[in-house]
Order: sequence, then C-alpha cells, then structure tokens
Amino acid sequence: MHAPASRWIVERSDFDALLEALGQRGFTLIGPHVRDGAIVYSPIQRSEDLPIGWTDEQDGGLYRLHRRNDAALFGYAVGPHSWKQFLFPPRLRLWQAHRNGTGGHFEIHEAPLPETPYAFIGVRACELAAIRIQDRIFLEGPYVDPYYQALRERLFVLAVNCTEPAGTCFCASMGTGPEARAGFDLSLTEVLTENRHYFVVTVGSEAGQAVLADVPHRLATADEIAAANALLAEAATRMGRQLDCQHLKERLYASYEHPHWDAVAQRCLSCANCTMVCPTCFCHTVEEVTDLTGQTTERVRQWDSCFSVEFSYIHGGSVRQSTRARYRQWLMHKLATWVDQFGTMGCVGCGRCITWCPVGIDLTEEVAALCTESQPETAP
Amino acid sequence: MTSQHSLSALLAEHPFFRGLEAPYLELIAGCARNVRFNAGEYIFREGETANEFYLLRYGRVSLEVHLPDRGTVTIQTLSEGDVLGWSWLVPPYQNQFDARALTLVRALAFDGTCIRNKCTEDPRLGYEIFSRFARIIAERLQATRLQLLDMYGGVPRRQPLHA
Amino acid sequence: MSAPSILSLPVEARHALQPLTPRLWRVLRTRRETHDTRTLELEALDGIGLPFCPGQFNMLYVGGIGEIPISISGDPARPERLVHTIRAVGAVSQALCSCKPGDVIGVRGPFGSAWPVEAAEGYDVVVMAGGIGLAPLRPAIYHLLQYRGRYGNLVLLYGARTPQDLLYVRELERWRSRFDFQVEVTVDRAREGWFGHVGVVTGLLPRALFDPEETMAFVCGPEIMMRFAAKALVERGVAAERIFLSMERNMKCAIGLCGHCQFGPHFICKDGPVFAFARVARWLTIREL
Repeated sequence: MHAPASRWIVERSDFDALLEALGQRGFTLIGPHVRDGAIVYSPIQRSEDLPIGWTDEQDGGLYRLHRRNDAALFGYAVGPHSWKQFLFPPRLRLWQAHRNGTGGHFEIHEAPLPETPYAFIGVRACELAAIRIQDRIFLEGPYVDPYYQALRERLFVLAVNCTEPAGTCFCASMGTGPEARAGFDLSLTEVLTENRHYFVVTVGSEAGQAVLADVPHRLATADEIAAANALLAEAATRMGRQLDCQHLKERLYASYEHPHWDAVAQRCLSCANCTMVCPTCFCHTVEEVTDLTGQTTERVRQWDSCFSVEFSYIHGGSVRQSTRARYRQWLMHKLATWVDQFGTMGCVGCGRCITWCPVGIDLTEEVAALCTESQPETAP
Repeated sequence: MTSQHSLSALLAEHPFFRGLEAPYLELIAGCARNVRFNAGEYIFREGETANEFYLLRYGRVSLEVHLPDRGTVTIQTLSEGDVLGWSWLVPPYQNQFDARALTLVRALAFDGTCIRNKCTEDPRLGYEIFSRFARIIAERLQATRLQLLDMYGGVPRRQPLHA
Repeated sequence: MSAPSILSLPVEARHALQPLTPRLWRVLRTRRETHDTRTLELEALDGIGLPFCPGQFNMLYVGGIGEIPISISGDPARPERLVHTIRAVGAVSQALCSCKPGDVIGVRGPFGSAWPVEAAEGYDVVVMAGGIGLAPLRPAIYHLLQYRGRYGNLVLLYGARTPQDLLYVRELERWRSRFDFQVEVTVDRAREGWFGHVGVVTGLLPRALFDPEETMAFVCGPEIMMRFAAKALVERGVAAERIFLSMERNMKCAIGLCGHCQFGPHFICKDGPVFAFARVARWLTIREL
C-alpha cells in the first residue's frame, strides 16, 4: 500500500455516484444500515440506505441510537456487526458425503468456493486492523483457508475515518485508529460545515484509483485537508476508554493466578456475546449434519466460542470447567498469547465487547485490575 | 559366610547408607545377616510383628494384600537395591502387607529391634536412620498416590458431553 | 532444542491435498489389544500411502458420526499401511473400535510435529509410555530400532493399569528379547500370575541404564503421568530441552485455525503435539489452562 500523494474532494451530492461506480463493477455493496434499533452491516444500494443523521450512545452493556441535528452519513461508531461475518461466514458448508452401499462406504463432494465480490462501505480504522489481523490468521499460517482467501481477494474496501468515537472506543490506545492508514482501496473523511458537506478522499490502491476516476472529484485544498485532519485529531482525544499496552503481554503472563479472575468470573454469564461481536475472534468448529435417512452428511464450519464448556472437551471432561477459566482464556488470548501466536494483539480497541456484554464487563477495567501491584508471587 | 567387615564395606557402597559414618556402618552391619528365599516363599506376613527390614540384593518381591472378592492383589514390587520394610520403625511395629518372593531372593536382613534400641541410646544414629527411612517412606507415598489416581483409568472421570 | 514442526518436513510428509477433505481408507484388519482398545490396519482406496513422521496424528472420520484426532501407530518405513490404535471413550472412538474389515473411514492428515528421532542420533534414548501413550510412541520405537546403530542406550519404560491393559504384548516380548534394548514394564496393580513389576512407571527409572547427560527422552501418556515423568527425568539429570512430551487437547480443524486446541500460546495441532518439556513446563502447572 503506497502512501497517497494527494487528497481529493467528493461532494456529498456525488456520493451516490461512488456507490454506483462500485455497483456497475459487479460488487455486492455492504454497508451500515439501521435495523432493530441498531446500526448493522447489510446490503445497501444508495446513500439513503445509510444511517443518515443517526448517532450512537455506547457504554458497558448499553447501546442506543439517537437522532443527530445534521445529515451526516457516518456520524456514529461501530455496532454489533463486524465485517468478519462476510469474509468468515458464520456457517459454511465444506463438503457433503453420500453413503453408497454397505460397510460405511461413502463419496465426498467438496462445496465450491464462495465467489461474491464484496465492497465494504464505511470500514473504520479499527476494523481495517481487525481484517488485517484475520488475514494473518487465515492467509499467512502454514495452512491457508481457501474460503477466506476466495472472498478476501475479491474485496473492495471503502474506509471511513472516525470523527465520532463512541463511549467504549479505545482504538487510540491500541494504535489502530481513529485514522485509517493502510488496508483500504479508498478512504473518506466526512466534513460537515454550515454550508458544505463533502468528503476528503485518500486513494489506497489502483482499484480505488479506478473507481474514483468514475466519480466527479477534484484536488483538495489545504484548508479542506486541514479541516479533515482537525476532526481526526479531535476524535483521538474523545476516546471513551483506554488501555495501557506497555509490556501488557508480560504483565498478563504473570497474572494467571491473580485473585481478580474470581471477581470477574462472578459477573460473567459465559454468554459468548463478546466473541460473537468481536471482529477478530476466529474460533470455529466443524460439525457433522446428517439428514434423517442417514445417507447424506454435511461437514459444516461454524462460529464457536471459547466460552462454551464443550469447547475444551477431551475424553473425561472439559479442561476449562469454570467460568473463571473460560473468561481467563478469552482475555489472555486476546491480549497476551495472541502476540506470541501472530505477532500483534488480538484486540483493536473497537469496544464492542464492552457495549454488548449484558453485564457490562469492561476489559480495559479488568486488565487494569489484573495488572496492579498486588500480584501473587508466581513469576512466568 | 561374609565377615562383618566386608558387610559394612558392602553397606557403605549402597545408596541407602551412603554418608553414614564408619562406626555406625559397623554397628549396623553387626545387626545384619544374609538371607535367602525361594520363589513363592513369604518373607513376612500381614499382622506379624515387624522385627526386620531387608536390603534386596537379588530378585523381586511383591507386596500383596488379600481381598475376599478379588483374591490376592499385588500393590507394589521391589527388586535389587530396594529397601523392604519400614513397619519396624513405627508403632505398632506390625507388618501391613504380605511380602512374597516372586523369584529367588537374596537379601541382607537387619535386626530391627536391635537397631531401634541402639537408636534410642544414640540419638545421632537415630537421626541418621530415621532420615533415610523418611525418604523411602516419602517416595513410596508419592508413588502410591500416583497409583491411586488411576491415571490410565478405565472409566471417564466426568460424563462425556458428546463424541 | 524443539521438536521438528510440520513446516520443516518435506511436503510429502505433510498432508498433500485438501487438508479439510478426508481421503477414504478401507479397514484391512483389526486386532483386539485390550477390552477397550483396538488396532486398525488400513489401506487407501486410491492406493496412495500416507508418509508420516513418528508422533504425527490423523483426523479419523466415521461417516455420520464425527471426527477425532488419533496418533499414527504404524511403521513410518511402511507408509502404505496405515495403523491406528484407538481406545473407545466416546461415540466416534467407539464406532472406530467397532469397525470390521472392509469398512471405509475418512482420514485427514498427517498433522503435527514429530518425535525428534533424527536430532536424537548419537544420544541415549529413554522412551516412557503410560497407558495408551505407547501407541504414539511405537512409530518412534520402530525408527530407533531400524537405525539402531545411530543411537546409544535404548530404554523403554512402560506403565499400564493392569496386565490386561498392556498394549502390543507380543511386540513387547520381542523387544525385550533383544540384547540392545532395555524394556521394563510395570502395572499399577496386579492379581496372581503376574511376575513383573507393580508400581508407578517413574519407579522404573532408577534401574534404567542411560547417561542422563547424553539422553533424549520421549514421554507420552496421561498429562499427569507426563508431568511426573518429566520431573523425575529432570531430577535424574536429563535436560528439560531434551525431554519431549506429546500433548492432547480438543481438536476440530487440526490445521491451527479453529482455536480449540490452544494450550497457552501453543496450538497443539500445529506447534505440537510433540513439545520439548522446556517449552511447555510453565504451562503444565496452570490449572484449567
């Protein structure tokens, strides 16, 4: 991804031309949309499908939509959906087996690879980081996941820089935002003033360049760029939460038997919401689904969560019987062992796990409690 | 017949007695004699007064218990170099299990009562003997605990949830 | 020193094609090892063998029931014959143990890291097995015996629950009759008629003949047995970097992507299952990890 040399302006009135340019290239557009009192990711066609004039209020266990007093297209942070449900579908058939004859003889037919060319509209910086993290897992290990690869290769990313962080955001602490710096084809910063509504556009790839060419645009002035930068700088100071990442892995590694785990285990319902909404959680299972005759079996991959008791089952019982052990597994994985596995933290600071936890467990608070001076003697 | 002097030289080499001062070695050797058991013979029986302990020099001994429904069960075997018998050290000075020679067994048998009395007279000797036996008992206890875990277990500990 | 990872093996030694799609294998013969354990010998329907390294495992699939990880127990020098020893503890393993000659099952693999039999050349090798743990070690033993001249002292210490639970009894007898292989077997308890050792497998260590400074140890069995065995080996003077264990956790994908087999930072399916004790020692003592 090359550093863009110049910035461009696309007027609000030409935003639909941008969406059309993508539609004409055969992309399936997915973008934010209001449904059931939340902003979710859903197929969209035109700018009217976006949450125009909406904003979100978020806190531990709290999510509300409120009306804005302007017509911003992207005046909110992130909702319960993440983009992983498209690149890493919750349920995916891998193959089918047909039994023929006796003796358990069967034939296997692999499912074709998915082919949908997605264009994600409105991807935030934290989400770009999350996609990058999942790329590392699914594409850069000893085994490449062909399903993720097929979808990822076709993907077009239209990023949006956050000017309206939410109460549970802490991308600044994680170094993942609020500005999108890489991993997009085009990125936009929405600027609304009394008499103007425009987007400052950065090109991130040749594909982005080509799409922009089909949309009315002009070079941005220094003032316009300054206006956009000012919004981003200000957004960085309005983070709802923060996390001290200094030596975090080592501090957590020393805390496996910290008494605080018992405190959070008392509250945690082990409901797995956090893993469902987290944009980087990748745990899944492969299951057999047999039809009633027993002649046809499907091997299905579907999302799974380390919070379920069966997750760690081996003959005789589950290794992580207690909620304490399962919450610890999730937090340790996200912020410590992930670093040893993949070279980065698993957390991008999007705050979804805090917002969507029914009891409002805040991982930034939990980490602060676990990494205090009062630690047990056991060293790593 | 082995002389007392060469017996104490033999004891000095054995890991169990290593570090014991020469006068004590002589003393212990004075309480020792060579014994031999044929395969199948009982060395001692459960409930008998424990008067002796043995240093096995050849062969294998099984520690057994008899259960009415299961018959004879072997709970541990000992062989060359092992020390057999510590019940002589602690009241009620009674054997807890049967000890039976599985093969031909040659051993040094020590007069436990004699050594016990000498330990009472000389606390330093008492300390040397008791600390060595403490180690043996700890090892046996540790091993027994592992056997107790039944770690190769035939039945799953907890109900399986699914396959 | 670490166990060789799947990455350092030649491509033929890894699974070749689609790691997510099973290949079909036919059961040639079955053997009853104990009341709850069977050994299956398989040949591929397409006739192509399965080259593997000792210590690796396959995912075995019974149509309509499910898939489980099972270590390969055969001779790595004979990849056309796939051998698995399975203990019936759940639905899939029970179904595998009920297979008859002619039945077809699915096999994905081989996966995982291997016993470092090449790195062990020049050393004494102590193999410690507990219960079903002898099954993943048998391919290593085959290799060590095939290239006997490259190793120093060779010792097998094997513990099982009772004499009726011993695996590979005929082979044990054959191995024990060799002059260049010390084989000691013990059981946790026995009835009349057993003249061998009774006691925990670590109790066999004092009479094993090897030079701790020049020894590599391969240990496999229930996790608690491996912990105590590794500790006993360290106390005897074997370096923790030269003691290797085979770990086990829930597995689904077997290719390091589903997250189920995590053990601290390690994915047992791709970073293991064979690990140097030095690498995993600190994780073994954390409860419910």
